[in-house]
Amino acid sequence: MKKVILGLGVLGIYAVYSLGVRHQRPVILKPSSLSNVPAKTIATGSNGSANNSSQSSSNSGSTSSGGSGSSSTSTSNGAYQDGTYVGSAANAYYGNVQVSVSISGGRITDVKFLQYPNTHPTSVYINSQAIPYLKQETIQSQNANVQIISGATFTSEAFIQSLQSALSKA
Amino acid sequence: MTIKLTRIIMGMPITIEAVGTNDPEPLEAVFNYFREVDLRFSPYKEDSELSLVNKGLKPKDWSGDMKLVMQLCEETRQVSGGYFNINRDGYIDPSGLVKGWAIDNAIKLLKTRGLSDFYIEAGGDIQAEGLNENREPWAVGIRNPFNIHEIVKVIKVSGLGVATSGPYIRGDHIYNPVNNYETPRGVVSLTVVGPNIFEADRFATAAFAMGKGGVNFISTLPGFEVYQIEVGGKAVFSPGIEALC
Repeated sequence: MKKVILGLGVLGIYAVYSLGVRHQRPVILKPSSLSNVPAKTIATGSNGSANNSSQSSSNSGSTSSGGSGSSSTSTSNGAYQDGTYVGSAANAYYGNVQVSVSISGGRITDVKFLQYPNTHPTSVYINSQAIPYLKQETIQSQNANVQIISGATFTSEAFIQSLQSALSKA
Repeated sequence: MTIKLTRIIMGMPITIEAVGTNDPEPLEAVFNYFREVDLRFSPYKEDSELSLVNKGLKPKDWSGDMKLVMQLCEETRQVSGGYFNINRDGYIDPSGLVKGWAIDNAIKLLKTRGLSDFYIEAGGDIQAEGLNENREPWAVGIRNPFNIHEIVKVIKVSGLGVATSGPYIRGDHIYNPVNNYETPRGVVSLTVVGPNIFEADRFATAAFAMGKGGVNFISTLPGFEVYQIEVGGKAVFSPGIEALC
């Protein structure tokens, strides 16, 4: 059953993805070099996706089962003690999150949200009603001076190169 | 006046650069903090608390940090619809969250030491605060997943976290970045910009596990931006990325 739900979830996400791509106006951007881009003040909150969520709200709901299927996966190999545990409220920038976890037979059987930010209901967070608005471009090498590089934590060859590159700048 | 130091901790280079100071002491304090985190959460050290947890250490005997991290992992699993999962083959490995969490704590540590213009970069995950030496936001390059000597996007950040997830085999050390790119999911690099590195890192990890749908998940989160590179060199991104360029 879980696999079926997971499968539906994956299909749902692909449906959302294809809708999102189809509904957008494809915009091919020319990547610009750093030198001709004026510095901008950066706000921590972007309204990019929020502004566009209303445009596509008519498509909402079709994928609401996506991704939320598994609610009772164990995160332990039996090391938990049975009972219900209330977590402390954790600040998650958008508000406090507090959960309670029920353990039965050493496995997590239920997780309830005791606190969740009112401004962003759980359902929105997990399965957004908004159809994402996305842009596309073809990646192109940039000749720009950057202070920092973000990349995946590759092992082996890439790791050593990153290491060397980091050390060479140190 | 700046100071920049790199140390190898948790199996990766960690770099801290701070503007307006040349005092290494706060930076060394942060490196020591990362060493403590490694001793507690390393999946490779047999005597780490994490290894004890995996051998059956009861939750009541867990340290406060272990309880907190486990709770955060569970919350992340919930909000990601199950895509963030630290349980692999019966073994718990919260590494996908610990790094971002530790950087976030390290940021707070430096702020309490009075630093305001600095960044911490650990294995490609970044949080940048304040401004660089030229009084501009920090310029962060997104690495070309097809050629690690290149960058393909430059974003300018201040007070934000940037995390990139990609395909790799943890602990196996046989990953070939040239021939092994083509995963069934078609995503080779997924960069998330978030309000801090903890948020960016855990959601980058979760979104990458979603495959091509990951970009959608992030783009609908308030306060987050995403830049996803797919097999073939196509990038799909949230419009807010442009405001950071």
